[in-house]
Amino acid sequence: MKSMKTAAIAVLVFSAGMASAGPDNDVLVINGELTMTTRAAVPEHMADTPLDELLSGWHYRTDETQSLQADDFDNPGMVFVDVAADAWNTVEGTEGKACATCHQDPSTMKGVRAVYPKWNDATEEVRTLAMQINSCRVENMGADPYKYTGGKMANMEALISLQSRGMPVNVAIDGPAQSDWEWGRELYYTRTGQLELSCANCHEDNNGNMIRADHLSQGHINGFPVYRLKNTKLNTVHARFKGCVRDTRAETYKPGSPEFVALELYVASRGNGLSVEGPSVRN
Amino acid sequence: MKIATFILAASALVAGHLSAGEIAPKDVRYDDYGAVETPLTSKAGDSANGAIVMKSKSIGNCIACHALADLNDAPFHGEIGPALDGVGDRWNEAEIRGIVSNAKMTFEGSMMPAYYKVDGFIRPGRGFTGKAADGPLTPLLTAQQIEDVVAFLLTQRE
Ligand code: HEC
Ligand code: HEC
Repeated sequence: MKSMKTAAIAVLVFSAGMASAGPDNDVLVINGELTMTTRAAVPEHMADTPLDELLSGWHYRTDETQSLQADDFDNPGMVFVDVAADAWNTVEGTEGKACATCHQDPSTMKGVRAVYPKWNDATEEVRTLAMQINSCRVENMGADPYKYTGGKMANMEALISLQSRGMPVNVAIDGPAQSDWEWGRELYYTRTGQLELSCANCHEDNNGNMIRADHLSQGHINGFPVYRLKNTKLNTVHARFKGCVRDTRAETYKPGSPEFVALELYVASRGNGLSVEGPSVRN
Repeated sequence: MKIATFILAASALVAGHLSAGEIAPKDVRYDDYGAVETPLTSKAGDSANGAIVMKSKSIGNCIACHALADLNDAPFHGEIGPALDGVGDRWNEAEIRGIVSNAKMTFEGSMMPAYYKVDGFIRPGRGFTGKAADGPLTPLLTAQQIEDVVAFLLTQRE
């Protein structure tokens, strides 16, 4: 499979010559029944960007990678959903509770992924899904928090995301969340590191272009957690942010830091209207 | 391939000290259009080495963003910047030296990294570790590597 993947990439580059390969026009239908919204209108708050359509990162991958996401039997991310389903029912911590004690079946999580990160009135902060999961573990279960970008966290996020699969991302950016959202936007356009590159340089101005062997997408997070063929595991949003910032030869922010939470809110809102895809498959 | 390697991993190789006759990054004089008249070293550029600098992932990795037919023996040329075929017809030596040293002096706001600059960065890291830089930065390319690249690009004529 690894070698097939390499071959597919090579074909993509050479058949396209030096012309832009660009995103494709395929349609993502999951298990032959759920048609996903992988192209959407640009939200009003992005009217001043050069984008004229939102495109899921799925459109920028090879046919072979794309097809893995179209069937749950082929999607390598799905085994981690099963692992998390067990964790959902497992009692942990001093309070003798499992997720299922308070939330019954995982299907009660339908719609949750679509609106996170989300303002929390009680703690007066923007919360990512990871923060909410750890808040439940620590405060309601008396259990240890999951590592922010660790495997258990990614698995639980996959289980919860799956319940909203196909629903449009719909993150609120106004009200009390607005100042964090504006901070996130500022971070998105800040050119960091010795290479002086911002998220926008790669994902806004150059999506569709090749950067060496990589085909740049619009950098949306509607597909997270993402199963990557490259490291054969589920990857969290903040781990991806960290990798991208590191590649500008910058000092990164820490996963779970206020900066990355604000950036996640902003980047999530750039995908408002695209389907929740997690766990998606990328290379 | 790790995406960490897709631009360049140069500075580990760069010596901290300047050789005799080299102009330090902070002393480079750009004219109003971003050109640099004076060579950065007294030794003439080596065009063959310039080609190696440009195509090596661990050095200049210029082909991460630029296509150039003469470097087609190295796979995967990017599409971010213009193709560099014939670049020696479009720009003279001083202009090319200026672009490679700090393209932002020629193209305002350019996405192209500045290869001979050591300050003015936001959150500079220690190479591609994601950690903070722990001392003065070295430029992405040495003075001699810049001259080598300039010599190579001047051979690119159509
Ligand atoms: C030097 C170029 C570069 C910069 C700068 C950059 N990225 Fe990326 N990013 C990539 C590449 C290459 C990929 C893998 C291909 C793709 O999905 O676009 C990627 C992937 C992503 C993905 C995964 C998309 C998916 O569908 O799986 C997200 C999310 C992302 N980037 C967000 C960001 C954010 C946020 C920033 C700024 C903090 C940023 N990137 C800065 C190059 C970059
Ligand atoms: C991250 C992307 C990137 C990298 C890496 C990069 N460049 Fe560029 N380069 C550009 C862009 C974009 C332009 C176009 C100028 C502009 O509008 O900003 C450019 C322009 C140029 C030009 C002028 C071309 C013309 O025909 O007008 C030359 C010469 C050049 N680059 C050489 C190099 C060399 C040599 C290296 C490596 C040492 C390099 N570039 C690395 C993005 C890049």
